[in-house]
Amino acid sequence: MTGIANLRELITRNVRTSGIFIAFVLIVLLFSVLTDGLLLSSRNLTSLVLQFSYILILAIGMVIIIIGGHIDLSVGSVVALTGAVAAVVVIRNGMPWWVGVLAALGTGLLVGAWQGFWVAYVGIPAFIVTLAGMLLFRGLTLEVLNNVSLSPFPSEYTSIASGFFNGLLGGYGYDAFTLVIFAVAVLGFAYNAWRNRRARIAYNQTVEAPVLFVLKLVVVAVVVMWFAWNLATYRGLPAVLIILAVLIMVYTLVTKHSVFGRHVYAIGGNLAAAQLSGVRVKRVNFWMFVNMGFLASVAGVVFSARSSAAQPAAGNMFELDAIAACFIGGAAVTGGIGTVTGAMVGGLIMAVMSNGMQLMGVDQSTQQVVKGIVLLLAVAFDVWNKRRAAAAR
Amino acid sequence: MADSAPTDILEMRGITKTFPGVKALQDVNLTVRRGEIHAICGENGAGKSTLMKVLSGVYPYGSYEGDIVLDGETAQFGTINDSEARGVVIIHQELALVPYLSIAENIFLGNERRRAGGGIDWNRTNAEAAALLQRVGLNEQPTTPISALGVGKQQLVEIAKAISKDVRLLILDEPTAALNDTDSEHLLGLLRQFKGQGITSIMISHKLAEIAEIADRTTIIRDGRSIETFDMATAGESSEAVQNRIIRGMVGRDLDNRYPDRESHPGEEVLRIEDWTVYHPTQPGRVVVDKANLTVRAGEVVGIAGLMGAGRTELAMSLFGRSYGRDISGRAYLHGKEVDVHSVPAAIRSGIAYVSEDRKQYGLNLIEDIRRNISAAGLGKLTRNGFVDENEELKVAEEYRDSMNIRTPNVLVEVGKLSGGNQQKVVLSKWLYTAPEVLILDEPTRGIDVGAKYEIYTIINELVAAGKAVLVISSELPELLGICDRIYTLAFGRITGEVDVPSATQEGLMALMTQETQEATA
Repeated sequence: MTGIANLRELITRNVRTSGIFIAFVLIVLLFSVLTDGLLLSSRNLTSLVLQFSYILILAIGMVIIIIGGHIDLSVGSVVALTGAVAAVVVIRNGMPWWVGVLAALGTGLLVGAWQGFWVAYVGIPAFIVTLAGMLLFRGLTLEVLNNVSLSPFPSEYTSIASGFFNGLLGGYGYDAFTLVIFAVAVLGFAYNAWRNRRARIAYNQTVEAPVLFVLKLVVVAVVVMWFAWNLATYRGLPAVLIILAVLIMVYTLVTKHSVFGRHVYAIGGNLAAAQLSGVRVKRVNFWMFVNMGFLASVAGVVFSARSSAAQPAAGNMFELDAIAACFIGGAAVTGGIGTVTGAMVGGLIMAVMSNGMQLMGVDQSTQQVVKGIVLLLAVAFDVWNKRRAAAAR
Repeated sequence: MADSAPTDILEMRGITKTFPGVKALQDVNLTVRRGEIHAICGENGAGKSTLMKVLSGVYPYGSYEGDIVLDGETAQFGTINDSEARGVVIIHQELALVPYLSIAENIFLGNERRRAGGGIDWNRTNAEAAALLQRVGLNEQPTTPISALGVGKQQLVEIAKAISKDVRLLILDEPTAALNDTDSEHLLGLLRQFKGQGITSIMISHKLAEIAEIADRTTIIRDGRSIETFDMATAGESSEAVQNRIIRGMVGRDLDNRYPDRESHPGEEVLRIEDWTVYHPTQPGRVVVDKANLTVRAGEVVGIAGLMGAGRTELAMSLFGRSYGRDISGRAYLHGKEVDVHSVPAAIRSGIAYVSEDRKQYGLNLIEDIRRNISAAGLGKLTRNGFVDENEELKVAEEYRDSMNIRTPNVLVEVGKLSGGNQQKVVLSKWLYTAPEVLILDEPTRGIDVGAKYEIYTIINELVAAGKAVLVISSELPELLGICDRIYTLAFGRITGEVDVPSATQEGLMALMTQETQEATA
């Protein structure tokens, strides 16, 4: 097998998953040209992370919901409600910041249990339950806030979203700590990839050529370390990035390797077969929504911390960004297919597009049009891909 | 009637219909005389419904070979609308009514009575509907929603809908399968009345007594071929004799040695169910399984024979964690101890496994790989602290690939890409991994080729040799006779007989399977 053929096979074999990465790279290149490199400046990269972290957090929960064959339209309102609860506890009642965080997370869990109950045990379609939730929780937000914004949060609270780890290990004009953390992450990734490769070889599976494998690792390492360098030379490691990284790791593990994750895929893939295989469908559906409520409350805390306020209109349309991220990231509308990684890349594509167009000074209306078209094309690609696969069968 | 009209309203000549890999119909001939009631009989899967779909344009002209001659002219129907325009109307076994629309709206659906402006003329719609309802003897308001009617009345609405289209050739696919005796009788009376009005009917039915009573002539379809057509008047003296004549025609196929040999050593009783009764999930009061009693012993293959709608699958699925039906009553025992089968996980834990009749709908996650399909039901055995031991999982999948001979390059292949036989082996592997005491196999060889069938039979033999109890549901009587030790016959929800295979014949089974009351023979 020649190197070229191998590369082509690598690309075509998994268009569904690699296509999204290629699209991401192309979009980043496009916008860095269009913005004269502004997109990839240290300052902008940092603000990109801060600005879109809560969408990514929401997309983690949303992709699990979508794999299970449901949808959640209420997350934007839940973000607002949980932020409002935290604000009332911390700002209005002067409690410590962590009490506010716990109150917000507790609210999120309750919201999730409420919606999970209706979807799983009463059997109302999630579309309806969460549409109702969207109105319900927005209304409750206004209720809790008495229709006015509450601000500012104390600095301990706001540092959840806008705090940085900087100078812990010193450095000249850059933060050594950030670089060390990222270097450890890259090494961990490389080790994991190597172990997977070994397992695949042991099991007589096709793997890419050694050159290609090393090249892939090098590219990943260079890109990641370059990103780290940019963070390190600006303000250091954003706290919210650590929250996000932990969530991504935990949920990748849960979706890929836990029984719960397996059951979610099974339910989305073939509900009747899952039921007849002994999957407790109702229970799994219920916990899916509890989990979504929890992640929405995390996003609520991050968002309110970033804006240092709880506003009645906070989180408006977040649900649509999170849903779009999942579908752009390769999740199937019919359920059963999707990954956390895919949803994260999908979310980043949305983020880079929005951010790039903002930098270019494109007005809001055009931005919406472009985002709409990208979403449509992504799902059209999914449908086309599925039809192709069905024809090949 | 004009004298010039030919005596045959319909002639189908040399009809051959092929699906990918299967010849569903082969050189079928059917001649129907004007004004007669013509019955078509055959086992499940013989090709009766396919033939009627060819006739009504569901399978358009060009997708089959052969000619359809209607009233002396060759017909080339591209759609159902084409055939309806010529007065050929089919009423399918599954009723095609919209439950939330009124009787009148359903009758004229797609054929609406309009006013000049294009809007619906409700007065005309309801008035014409009322007249049609009177013709079929249904005493209901045209504005009543369909969902408020029972199945028998719904069937009459279907017929009213058919005659609203100036029907001349009415095709009924199992019209009385879901009806009780009174409703059936009313329907048959209606067909006789139509006959007097010059409407010709073709009727597919498994109820042989009914056919003996009403049909003028009968055509037998077996294995996709038309075997014979005979006049009912000359077929036999009594209703009994006529029915026997039909049964002989339906089952008279060559029996090759298509089943692996096995020595039978039944052990102790493993499964026993008593007074198992199940009601239809959506039609209150309709009994689907009526006080069924059966036992299966270790090392024994027990068959359940029954025609479509007899309640075979319903019995199995209701037993497997109440996956079907409502108001289920009765007791299930494993090794003499009553067991809890109220949910699927409970049934699995008790040691029951159910391989469904439709593996794509109920058995497999087609977009997932072989490995994860095999582990799906027994995932608990691979779990530590909520996480799956994936090395072990892979090993398990590999073991089953070898022992079941699943033909695939590796177990990470999507199940949807496998052939039917290999898919069935994946489903069997999934259930064997749960280490069941009793396996219920529902149509285990449906839609798979002869070679794979033999492999499945061999697997069944290995299972009983290992002391498992196996319950097989099948529409193919030769298959049941070939692999079972004992066979229960099921008819209209009741177990009508229990036969030891050495003394069983297809004719005997078929007679029990079409027996409508509990008394008589056995």
